[in-house]
Amino acid sequence: MTRSVFSRAFLILFLAGSLLPIYWMLNMSLKTNEEILGAMTMWPSNLTFDNYITIFTDEAWYSGYINSMIYVALNMVMAVLLALPAAYAFSRYSFLGDKHLFFWLLTNRMTPPAVFLLPFFQLYSTFGMMDTHIAVALAHLLFNVPLAVWILEGFMSGIPKEIDETAYIDGYTFPKFFMKIFLPLIKSGIGVTAFFCFMFSWVELLLARTLTSVQAKPIAATMTRTVSAAGMDWGVLAAAGVLTIVPGALVIWFVRHYIAKGFAMGRV
Amino acid sequence: MNKTLNNKAWWMVLPVILSVAFSAIMPLMTVVNYSVQDILGPDQAVFVGTEWFKEVMRDESLHSAFFRQIWFSLAVLAIEIPLGIGIALCMPAQGWRASLSLVIVSLPLLIPWNVVGTIWQIFGRGDIGLMGKLINDAGISYNYTGDSTDAWLTVLLMDVWHWTPLVVLLCYSGLRAIPEAFYQAAKIDGASRLAVFRFIQLPKMRNVLMIAVLLRFMDSFMIYTEPFVLTGGGPGNATTFLSQYLTQKAVGQFDLGPAAAFSLIYFLIILLLSFVLYNWMQRVGTGDKI
Repeated sequence: MTRSVFSRAFLILFLAGSLLPIYWMLNMSLKTNEEILGAMTMWPSNLTFDNYITIFTDEAWYSGYINSMIYVALNMVMAVLLALPAAYAFSRYSFLGDKHLFFWLLTNRMTPPAVFLLPFFQLYSTFGMMDTHIAVALAHLLFNVPLAVWILEGFMSGIPKEIDETAYIDGYTFPKFFMKIFLPLIKSGIGVTAFFCFMFSWVELLLARTLTSVQAKPIAATMTRTVSAAGMDWGVLAAAGVLTIVPGALVIWFVRHYIAKGFAMGRV
Repeated sequence: MNKTLNNKAWWMVLPVILSVAFSAIMPLMTVVNYSVQDILGPDQAVFVGTEWFKEVMRDESLHSAFFRQIWFSLAVLAIEIPLGIGIALCMPAQGWRASLSLVIVSLPLLIPWNVVGTIWQIFGRGDIGLMGKLINDAGISYNYTGDSTDAWLTVLLMDVWHWTPLVVLLCYSGLRAIPEAFYQAAKIDGASRLAVFRFIQLPKMRNVLMIAVLLRFMDSFMIYTEPFVLTGGGPGNATTFLSQYLTQKAVGQFDLGPAAAFSLIYFLIILLLSFVLYNWMQRVGTGDKI
């Protein structure tokens, strides 16, 4: 079994490689600033949790996490709800201009967010929505809705159409069929879509930072500002970085089975 | 699947169109507006036609940023796609090992982009960073803030670290969808490992690979936050990619006209390249006849 030994070694090497920078951040977050800047040490010589305590007690820090989670959750729910009927239409019906529409949706995924910074700023100022969670959630729909439609359409195409027809014969109305029969069938698709929406919204900074100042400031923006204001507080910065991974890691843990099983269903 | 013709389906797509229109078409119109006017004050604007476009197209620093960008995106695709496929093939199919490797693989994806930049900023430092120190101790002089090749390679390595997981996740889910019967049939035929990959796994991964290639292409072409935090575009202009160039113009120098004109050109380039890639990949796939 030389091949399996080789492939296992390759995999372990890759996993170790991807953990290395994360380990370095974790390592830093448990050190004092003097130790971080003093010399390179593989693990903290004076273990300290002060950096984490700073984050959990200072409102300027922990409110960033709350803000991020609020707009990410809003965005996730909106993206999935909007994409569900559209993906159903794309997977089941042909209609005037459907192919063009699908590609047009994808093109929105291709717009560099930098292009939209200024227009977004003006648009949301006009509507008085600056510095609100909903503004960021709406702005992130730009890249998440097309992706959600794309992924969900793949899942829905994997469900045989006979199921729809049988349900109608059995006397189901469309809304009832959709809620009772169809949604449970593509549960894993919704899980995967939600994960991707979560991920892309959670990690985006440029738009989120431009559209917020105090009330809805995301954690990522809090981090950049602290860097410039108080010199470089590397320890706290690293601790904040470690904590940004936690929510995502929890989400991936919950959807891991869906990713393994369902994602490619319709797409392959 | 044969689809029924039903133009009422438009009603189901309408919410998506409205929401995307709100966040795409309206801002895009503002950009178009800026690109053909010289804004002198809140109520003063002069129509300048294509002048900004001409100015941007002649800009030497844009040309170099453009070629830097193309090389970067090609390098990203050339490394991440094969590596991602390779890793996905090595990953166990089930059990706790599969769950564990899935979670570890996805970790880099879940880190906010500026945090990614910050991690690498320290990780690569020669004095206190693990990677920088190891490379320097190995006798290779490495300094990503001073040497432009090192900076470019560091940005590339960071991107590989950050985004290969996306390719792995997509390919992995593609592989899991292949029924066991396919492999058994191949075994009976005495197919080699390579043949199994070439004639079963690769064709079955075609669609997820298409998503992976397109997403990686678009996103690497729009890369901004990570190199901005890591190197700030430097040293010199060594890691100034198109997004940085644009943001410098729009936010730094506040040249709205040229910035808007360039935004449109930028968007059209990505659109064109994605369209070519999309069509090419669809043709390649159907040639397989599997």
